[in-house]
Amino acid sequence: MSEMESKYAELRQIIEAHKDWPGALMPVLQGAQEIFGCVPEDVQKIIAEGLGVTLSEVYGVATFYSQFSLQPKGEYVISVCLGTACYVKGSQMVLDKLSEELGIPVGSTTKDGKFTLQATRCLGACGLAPVMTINGDVYGRLTPDQVPGILAKYRGEA
Amino acid sequence: MDIYRAHVLVCGGTGCSSSGSATLIDRFNEKIAENHLDKEVKVIRTGCFGLCEAGPVVIVYPDGTFYSRVKPEDVDEIVTEHLLKGRKVEHLVYVDHATRQQDAEKKLEDITFYKHQHRIALRNCGVIDPENIDEYLAMDGYRALEKALTQMTREEVIDEILKSGLRGRGGGGFPTGLKWKFTYQSQADQKYVACNADEGDPGAFMDRSILEGDPHAIIEAMAIAGYAIGASQGYIYVRAEYPIAVKRLSIAIDQAREYGLLGKNIFETGFDFDLNIRLGAGAFVCGEETALMHSIEGKRGEPTARPPFPAVKGLFGKPTMLNNVETYANVAQIILHGADWYASMGTEKSKGTKVFALGGKINNTGLVEIPMGTPLRTIIYDIGGGCPNGKKFKAVQTGGPSGGCLPESLLDTPVDYDNLIAAGSMMGSGGMIVMDEDNCMVDIARFYLDFIVDESCGKCAPCRIGTKRMKEILDRIVEGKGEEGDIEKLEQLAQTIKNTALCGLGQTAPNPVLSTLKFFRDEYEAHIKEKRCPAHHCRSLLQYKIDPAKCKGCTACARICPAEAISGTVKQPHVIDVQKCLKCGSCMEKCRFGAISRV
Repeated sequence: MSEMESKYAELRQIIEAHKDWPGALMPVLQGAQEIFGCVPEDVQKIIAEGLGVTLSEVYGVATFYSQFSLQPKGEYVISVCLGTACYVKGSQMVLDKLSEELGIPVGSTTKDGKFTLQATRCLGACGLAPVMTINGDVYGRLTPDQVPGILAKYRGEA
Repeated sequence: MDIYRAHVLVCGGTGCSSSGSATLIDRFNEKIAENHLDKEVKVIRTGCFGLCEAGPVVIVYPDGTFYSRVKPEDVDEIVTEHLLKGRKVEHLVYVDHATRQQDAEKKLEDITFYKHQHRIALRNCGVIDPENIDEYLAMDGYRALEKALTQMTREEVIDEILKSGLRGRGGGGFPTGLKWKFTYQSQADQKYVACNADEGDPGAFMDRSILEGDPHAIIEAMAIAGYAIGASQGYIYVRAEYPIAVKRLSIAIDQAREYGLLGKNIFETGFDFDLNIRLGAGAFVCGEETALMHSIEGKRGEPTARPPFPAVKGLFGKPTMLNNVETYANVAQIILHGADWYASMGTEKSKGTKVFALGGKINNTGLVEIPMGTPLRTIIYDIGGGCPNGKKFKAVQTGGPSGGCLPESLLDTPVDYDNLIAAGSMMGSGGMIVMDEDNCMVDIARFYLDFIVDESCGKCAPCRIGTKRMKEILDRIVEGKGEEGDIEKLEQLAQTIKNTALCGLGQTAPNPVLSTLKFFRDEYEAHIKEKRCPAHHCRSLLQYKIDPAKCKGCTACARICPAEAISGTVKQPHVIDVQKCLKCGSCMEKCRFGAISRV
């Protein structure tokens, strides 16, 4: 089985497991986002058929929540916290610096598919403000001048 | 049970985990085994200690020695000195902000940060291992459930909660007992209990810490609520952004089922109750109760008009009782110790304690739990240690995007639901963000509106369009393009949105603007009329300048400047070309002589 086929098989299993749950659509979409890294239209179609709901309903839910994305994200997802505690301690400057270093606006992915830069809601690590995460690694008490060094680690330069 | 002569408690909350506490635990276990102490010393990963600023935090019992900002390389010393030879490692001990001293003999409760606190909702956080039900049981865990099921009628349970004066800790402040009573009175074949753990207010993280540090307290409280209102099923709606909380909650639910504390015929009383977790997917509006229930139903998290209230028609169309995490965290204690005990704390209309998340420009960031009625000044200065770097306090923001900013002159306000509203803010879920003289209040108002515009679900026009128009005006003002009449336009829009938005999110959205207009109107006027940002924060309205008297001509600024806007010769004062300057601030960060300033 190819990689893609096994992903679809995994999705069908998730649909099967949740089919009879009340409110199954959310957990199924969450599973799909995890498997594929996004929920494109063909995945939404499979979910709609599997759960017996309309495609418009699936699309409506998938586009409502920020956790679901219709396009694939980069290899490394950089999330800069723009919660209040981080903001008053200068997280916007960190975000601006990242945007400048990567050469992409916030909310987009670099051409080589390596980095996605996004602003995120409060991560709840306010004691470490300003904070960002890169694929789950947490960087706290950040200043803009630390940005190039951190990026270099992921670019494989350091 | 094994008896150990010492316990090493390592904070496993999100803050300390982010600064590497998991590595510390591995290192402790490794070193303890190396020194053959593994039969004598036990390492425990606890929930949040509250003093996030000092993280990662380690406490060694029975001595109660409080080590802060512990690094992996410090572990060896703590093991070989303290645990092996009984000599406390003085230089790693926490420095009390008030006394500026390291005192290895000081117990946790004597540290200034903890001295003013009274922990009820947080009582087990940082004390027990949240992944071990036996530790919760040893702290009187599930005794309140047993008492409710075996010694109290459903009416008596509701009455006890009513009499305690407990009010909703999610922000609304609705009397919890009344909510229970209304749902109890609804007739239906199925009712639900739900827990709102979609903690969305930026800067508030008490619910997360309770779930991570004491998940069984929520399970126990929900089971008591289920008994009281007649529900056999509960749902906990947690933010997906809280992976540690979700994991510990799942473990706790499994353990409770295994012990027969969830499931069929609990305490052999014929009472059935079970719990399921549902994950949020990143939508602030889902903290609103009707939106939250739609989300659990697998729909778009859009609010609907009330009535009907959830107590009548809620989840899947059935009567539903929804409380916030911190509210539940008080329930078992009230049942165990009685309503009178709880009501003896706090103010006339706000009983008990409240947890606040202190953040922003404050020395001791972290979680604090204080009796209602404690003045803001005590929280910010005595517990929080004031603003860092000798900066001047400007405002404290409470209540998140629905709240407001309060100035220095209101710091003696005793904190409770009604006082905060009277002062022009609100309790909210307990976020408390301190701002100093460098923060621009117009920009803060703009920041909150930016958040609301982003998070508005779009269902009603006042919130979807109105907040956007307000934000456009604020964007203009901070860019130096504010016009005469902008303040009046903001006020008019704010009133309209307040009066006509569908749900709480929209109705309170203008509050950050209204409160900053009330207390910091001069800052708005300076931006609009004088094109000046008094805090020197707004980029369009400031200039960087080099003080020739302080400049040593080291050339560091000229070399870092990305726009080549700085010129000068070595050992001579440099100058910034304001036409070329991008206002990135790199030069100011680089200057070692404090010669560059924003004007």
